[in-house]
Amino acid sequence: MEAVLKPIFQKVDSIADSVIPQFIRDFDKSLQPAGVQRAPLWQWLLWMGAFSVVALWGVVGLIMCWGFGLNQTNMNDYYGFALWIWADLAVIALGGGAFFSGFLKYVVGKENPLKYIVPYAVVIGFVCYSSAQLILAVDVGQPLRAWFIFWHANVHSMLTEVAFCLSCYFLVLCIEFVPSILENRKLSTIPFVGHLTHNFHAAMGIFAATGAFLSFFHQGSLGGVAGVLYSRPFGFREGLYIWPWTFFLFTWSAAAYGPMFTILLTRIAEGLARKKLVAESAIQFLAKVSAYMIGTYIIAKIIDTLYWGFVTAPSMGFSLADFYTGNPLYGYWILGLEVVIGGIVPAAILLSKKGRENPKLLLLAAILAVIGVSTNRWVMVLQVMAVPVLEFDKWVMYFPSWQEIATTVLPVAYGVLLISAAHRYLPLFPYELEQVGKKAH
Amino acid sequence: MKHDNSNPDAKLYGMVIDLDKCTGCGACMVACFMENNVPFKVNETDKLDSITWMRMFELHNGKDFPHADSCWLPRPCMHCAGKDGHGHYTPCVMVCPAIATDYTPETGVVSQIPTRCFGCRYCMAACPYKARYFNWWDPKWPEGMKNYLNPDISVRMRGVVEKCSFCYHRYQRAMNKAFMEGRKTLKEDEYQTACTQACPAGAITFGDLDNPKHKVHELKKSKKAFRLLERLKTEPKVYYMTTRDWVRRAADRVQEEESRSAGRGH
Repeated sequence: MEAVLKPIFQKVDSIADSVIPQFIRDFDKSLQPAGVQRAPLWQWLLWMGAFSVVALWGVVGLIMCWGFGLNQTNMNDYYGFALWIWADLAVIALGGGAFFSGFLKYVVGKENPLKYIVPYAVVIGFVCYSSAQLILAVDVGQPLRAWFIFWHANVHSMLTEVAFCLSCYFLVLCIEFVPSILENRKLSTIPFVGHLTHNFHAAMGIFAATGAFLSFFHQGSLGGVAGVLYSRPFGFREGLYIWPWTFFLFTWSAAAYGPMFTILLTRIAEGLARKKLVAESAIQFLAKVSAYMIGTYIIAKIIDTLYWGFVTAPSMGFSLADFYTGNPLYGYWILGLEVVIGGIVPAAILLSKKGRENPKLLLLAAILAVIGVSTNRWVMVLQVMAVPVLEFDKWVMYFPSWQEIATTVLPVAYGVLLISAAHRYLPLFPYELEQVGKKAH
Repeated sequence: MKHDNSNPDAKLYGMVIDLDKCTGCGACMVACFMENNVPFKVNETDKLDSITWMRMFELHNGKDFPHADSCWLPRPCMHCAGKDGHGHYTPCVMVCPAIATDYTPETGVVSQIPTRCFGCRYCMAACPYKARYFNWWDPKWPEGMKNYLNPDISVRMRGVVEKCSFCYHRYQRAMNKAFMEGRKTLKEDEYQTACTQACPAGAITFGDLDNPKHKVHELKKSKKAFRLLERLKTEPKVYYMTTRDWVRRAADRVQEEESRSAGRGH
């Protein structure tokens, strides 16, 4: 295959050289970290162009929703929360790798080997959290009034806590992302920028600790959104003081599964770049930490499920069968998918040293972990809405409109674009730069 | 449900609906639409995004002729007092991040402030009675119908949540009148909801649940009275009455079983 493509690529290379002016190619090169190998500019532009089209599709959906209102979606009065809120919860959980790896590096002191992966984890976190903000901005019925949540804040609402902590943590992520941008080869030649970057690095521990603190609360309060609904027995959980158990489970699961998403995206980036970008020691360390986190989380989740299914729900007049039967979609299989396939299996793989060190099994565990936590967030949003509470009410199913799907795909395309740009122009992968340095010597 | 002890003038407005009297004519719904400027769609076939502050549910006993029986259950907002009975834990009130919905201790009415609402719909997720509705569409009325809008009620815009208010503007109007007459309290017939007055069968009774002079005070104590999802401790202020066991079961199976095993009607 490569033999067939190589001459074609060479031909396109020569055509692109004659089409793209030399000064643009030089400028592109001058922005890249010194000594690293990057794809030819035309290839990169083609890649970015393709995802820009996807992003544009999402922007069309976004503008339609803002312009014509939420009647563009398939949400209804039974599904006030739907695909977007799921996407919101899912990206926030998956972006948990940023706060947790930062916490491990700066607060716990695992500088080595996490220094190899934290800059990338921060960019992933930035993408996830900026996407979450965008999704929320389109999801509310009156986006121009979204500031009411801060101005007229109801301190008893979990959503208020989410809004405050999410916004603050996004600011922290911006601050954490800034040094990577300032370390760009061209920018770093400015003396002021160099000093600023140094100072940012010096203060990063404080921001990482702040980020971990804020994440604990917003991840938790996202879990509390459904957990406090004592009028919705599917979502409701008992708990500690004002916090339902889902508060702690959400924080725990984000810390457990978030790093696996970081590992998955690292593997994808390495596959596309066709080289090692992150030191294996960093991957293995994160995988080991995730193993224990997922393992303990899934035990807690099983205990929570059993207590909820056999004590809490029956005390409210519901049985497990009420939640998992009598409808075309939400069967016991979804519980199995979340707990067994997305929880026990990846935990079992990761807890074994052999499993972690086997690249294919590690990749499988990462994929299953992402499926597991995404399913949990789906259930805690969509199934909460779907389960009828009134005796004479019925299950209502929902399928998103293309506008909803487009606006949900938009963050994915935006993430690819941002990470691709960051990979090309920023020293995102210290390990790669180390290898370049070693070769040069 | 608890009375606001700090305010001797506080009322606890509520409703008792006799399901054995309701014929399902829908007059209550129509009256509600007209009284509260409730918007409707050009095509109302899809009820999942229709706004019906008062919604009719049809219940069947599941039997064939000649034993077949049906019942209409009108469902307004339940104006829940919440698990503490004081409105601090009213399901929708406690979750609203912008305090766009609130529990009024003076009346027990759960209010909705459309101009404060920014449309997050968390309150809809919290309401087990599905009594809250989102304005998915811009409100539009056919030519000339705008002239019939109630000037006491503001029209809600697209993107906000709305719900039954127990015709709160009528309470305000009645209180204004009472104030001008030097009174602090209302007579039972001075404040009545539109649905109550429109019901031709007299199935809906409205008043102060705590006031012995009001009919609802006695009716709610009836052995045939019950509330929906009482077991969730939402403390709804809408009571239903029926003598038919199957209606009790169909309305709330668990509660009916619990009541029967406890050996009492309610």
